[in-house]
Amino acid sequence: MAADTSEAADSEFGRVSRTKDTAFRLLALAATLVGIVSLAALLANVSVDAVGWLDWDFLTSPPHPDPYEAGFLPALVGSIAIMLLIALITFPLGVGAAIYLEEYAGDGYLTKFIELNIANLAGVPSVVYGLLGLGLFVTLLDLGYGTIFVAAFTVALLILPIVIISAQEAIRSVPDSQRQASYGMGATKWQTIRNVVLPRAMPGIMTGTILALGRAIGETAPLIMIAAPTTVFGVPNSFLSKVSAMPLQIYNWSSYPETEFQYGVVAAGVVTLLVVLLSINSVAILIRNRYQQDGS
Amino acid sequence: MSQPDFSHDGARTARGTAFRYLFMLCALLSILTTVAIVATLLVDAVDFFSDVSFVEFLTGTRWSPTNEPVSFGVLPLISGTLVITVGAALVALPIGLLTAIYLSEYASERQRSYLKPALEVLAGVPTVVYGYFALVYVTPALDAFLPLSTFNALSASIMVGIMIIPMVSSISEDAMSAVPDSLRQASYGLGATKFTVSTSVVVPAALSGIFSSFILALSRAIGETMIVAIAAGQTPRLIDVTDPAGLFLNSIQTMTAAMVQIGTGDLVGQGPAYKSLFAVGLTLFVITFVMNLISEFVASRYREVYR
Repeated sequence: MAADTSEAADSEFGRVSRTKDTAFRLLALAATLVGIVSLAALLANVSVDAVGWLDWDFLTSPPHPDPYEAGFLPALVGSIAIMLLIALITFPLGVGAAIYLEEYAGDGYLTKFIELNIANLAGVPSVVYGLLGLGLFVTLLDLGYGTIFVAAFTVALLILPIVIISAQEAIRSVPDSQRQASYGMGATKWQTIRNVVLPRAMPGIMTGTILALGRAIGETAPLIMIAAPTTVFGVPNSFLSKVSAMPLQIYNWSSYPETEFQYGVVAAGVVTLLVVLLSINSVAILIRNRYQQDGS
Repeated sequence: MSQPDFSHDGARTARGTAFRYLFMLCALLSILTTVAIVATLLVDAVDFFSDVSFVEFLTGTRWSPTNEPVSFGVLPLISGTLVITVGAALVALPIGLLTAIYLSEYASERQRSYLKPALEVLAGVPTVVYGYFALVYVTPALDAFLPLSTFNALSASIMVGIMIIPMVSSISEDAMSAVPDSLRQASYGLGATKFTVSTSVVVPAALSGIFSSFILALSRAIGETMIVAIAAGQTPRLIDVTDPAGLFLNSIQTMTAAMVQIGTGDLVGQGPAYKSLFAVGLTLFVITFVMNLISEFVASRYREVYR
């Protein structure tokens, strides 16, 4: 419309604007879809590549330099073991912190400081948490390079802020009238939290924690920094075993130059990791949907 | 607390108090974590700076922690991080902002219920998977019409950009939704189209929230590790202003990728290369921490205006 004289543009004000309006609307829609469509295309690519590689043998064999023999079992078991330990660590600590911030703490400076601190911790790069694990758990406490313990504690500290924030939201959504009713019946604060607040908030807390575990299972950089071995041939048998994990094995394999690895074995590993992640998130969504139907 | 507080610890005061302090400990653990991060980084970084001068670290132009002659100038790594961050910003900021406008001003409730979770998936994919995608799909695809190296900053920064789109869009959209409807109605009343309302009313009114989302997303891009470690390569390189395209087409090394490179090496000892990990980590932590604080500060200002 640059060629229009100013009078013509003026008289067609409404039409010109509407053209621009439609163009902008389409541009914004395209921008909204571009990321989603790109990811969908990449996922389609990797799924096609994984066909023929992702089979029972792959899931039940140890890694091998020969792509046709290579398997994912130790990494799969390692990831699940780390994740279970992370759940055991973060659930009580995260819920405890959320209960304190929502039910006990006032609006004072300490509470504000703790909340600002939690928000900032959620923004610390994961590789820095890896250095924390290396300096604190490996060097200072001497729990050993790359053991399940060290891996779980390191990643647990990383996802703890997310667990706390989501648990706080769940606890905040319990109506205050229910607490007051409980107090009116003569219940103490702790009885009210245990019998009224926590049961009502539990589905929300579970959803948040499980979603955070999904984040944990994909974390790679912290595990590299605590010197978790990228390739382990045996399934871990104790919490002090050296452990690999799915993302770590994928990172290791992706540096192999052979086409069979790049477009075969690694694709199978990626699809396995994404399927596990999807299952975890589905559980979280199932819990949430069920709660939304029951909830008043 | 507007309602009267009827809570009491009853007869079991000791037990009630015990639980109170137990929960308080959990909350204080988060402060302890911050202290531990700073202490861990500082102890080894200070140790490192007794071997390598602080000035040499910050102004040196060569990064070679293990190959003789060793040199610990962090500038090439900061250059690499800058290249990735600028590339990711060019992808994520315009796309994220347009996405936020679409979701907040144009999309129906039904469209939003599909689009928002789909966008969140972008932030939920493990970064090691994005790194693999950049290396084996994006680079070969772009290589068809660009002279790309196997490892290059371009595909890594595109991937980082796609990953941070939801950070920009969700926080910006929150800010736009907080803009009072009366402002939109006033503009429509003057005969404005939706385009004018979005760009001349809603975006300016939500500007502090949008800035906050930009800073937070860039902070995430700076700290992103696996995508750049896999796809951008391990070549520390200073920014050459005469050849901006060359920076994106070739291999670079970011601060995070340098940490991964040292971390994957067999560094059981306590040599300067091991300690340099903590000096680079401290640099990274300080940069992202300051950016997160700025983002928090800017965001809290817009909350005061509209709520």
